[in-house]
Amino acid sequence: MRHLLTTENLAADTATAVLDTADELKRTLLGREVRKLPTLRGRTVITMFYENSTRTRVSFEIAGKWMSADVVNVSAGGSSVGKGESLRDTALTLSAAGADCVIVRHPASGAAHRLAGWLADTGTCVVNAGDGTHQHPTQALLDAATLRERLGGLAGRRVAIVGDVLHSRVARSNVYLLATLGAEVVLVAPPTLLPPGVEHWPVTVSHELDAELPAVDAVMMLRVQAERMHGGFFPSAREYSIAYGLGEARLRLLPEHAVVLHPGPMLRGMEISSVVADAPRAAITEQVRNGVHVRMAVLYHLLAGEGEQA
Amino acid sequence: MASRSRGAADPAAERELLSAGDVARTIARMAHQIIEKTALGAGPDAPPVLLGIPTRGTPLAARLGARISEFSGAAVPAGALDVTLYRDDLRRRPTRPLEETQMPEDGIDDRVVVLVDDVLYSGRTIRAALDALRDHGRPRAVQLAVLVDRGHRELPIRADYVGKNVPTSRTEDVSVLLAETDGRDAVLLRETGQERR
Repeated sequence: MRHLLTTENLAADTATAVLDTADELKRTLLGREVRKLPTLRGRTVITMFYENSTRTRVSFEIAGKWMSADVVNVSAGGSSVGKGESLRDTALTLSAAGADCVIVRHPASGAAHRLAGWLADTGTCVVNAGDGTHQHPTQALLDAATLRERLGGLAGRRVAIVGDVLHSRVARSNVYLLATLGAEVVLVAPPTLLPPGVEHWPVTVSHELDAELPAVDAVMMLRVQAERMHGGFFPSAREYSIAYGLGEARLRLLPEHAVVLHPGPMLRGMEISSVVADAPRAAITEQVRNGVHVRMAVLYHLLAGEGEQA
Repeated sequence: MASRSRGAADPAAERELLSAGDVARTIARMAHQIIEKTALGAGPDAPPVLLGIPTRGTPLAARLGARISEFSGAAVPAGALDVTLYRDDLRRRPTRPLEETQMPEDGIDDRVVVLVDDVLYSGRTIRAALDALRDHGRPRAVQLAVLVDRGHRELPIRADYVGKNVPTSRTEDVSVLLAETDGRDAVLLRETGQERR
């Protein structure tokens, strides 16, 4: 792997190798006195966040530190970005300052791809930590790790992705990764929250949540992204919640073994009820825990071997 | 560790150092030596912990543990310690997949840990294993058991228990085959014509 920008063209064996590495990392760190590995000693990882984030930034920072990389956090607010520096100049500056890997979150779809293009000659690798409504590959990988752990595998499993698909990079990344790993994906959303072109995705589409729940192995609830909504996508929050929210009554429609995922941050009472979020079949804190191991695995595959760097 | 290369070798250039019977006898002898040296059963100390280094050290540790339990009556835990993340040659090779690490449930603190590997060569794998152990706890002592010692050490490391000492040249390749990983037991020596890294 040279960069991790999208799950759309991620090969099945590459994705599986990263997930297997994450599993072994989790196992080897379990119950250890020293939760730190020397593997990336002397490598520098810079996180560059142009959008708010708690879990992703912290997760990458912990992942880098547990692998002994030096992690530097740059946020748009406190950097030269505030003085009007372009993304390109900031990236080249960070690369020249010695970054082996730049982890970027940006509100513009495609920002990570542009960055990888600008850094092509430098040997610095790029990890997309979320670009606009486009992709968030490490979130999809940690979701896949959690589902593999809970369900024993993904091949032939049916996963419903529910809610604001239109604005969700998490949904896009998951659709492609889950399909690559052999799972069936069904998108459940009101027509207003489905993106144009969804008919070309490797998914089926439904507007009836109750009809889908009895047949799925996992249900992934998406946050309603009010900050990206300019206009009426649904009549009211209450109506959305009644049609597409996951509450206790709907939880009973799910098969016994089915898992509930949410990428966070959750809007309790909107797309997911508080009781469901804290139920034993919800794997939401496991997702966060697995996120660290998956990001360690990504850094390992990008930075540890030969030939990955120029 | 032994090279994993298993090309379609010319059988004439391949020599069997240990047969299946030799491997079994060698493991039994090493088990007796471990019982003697760790004074197993003679004092109040907890029995040693065997940690195999993947890939082939893991089944070797399990076999040694079974034999030691059989001969001494004491239950000897056997686990696995993957050292990939501690290697000093990671950046010289393509990304390596990680192998399984399996620590005994009650840990390794204040126990005698016997590291088990198939072939001792440069000693760099064992160096990595010592670093890895330090992050898992503080053993009372660490010992090393290898099925084959082929020489050419690059670090001040020696084994406490050696199944067979084999003088080799750097262009030769020593392969340990085990039923668990390769379908049969044997130790083979092969001329490769090129020096191993």
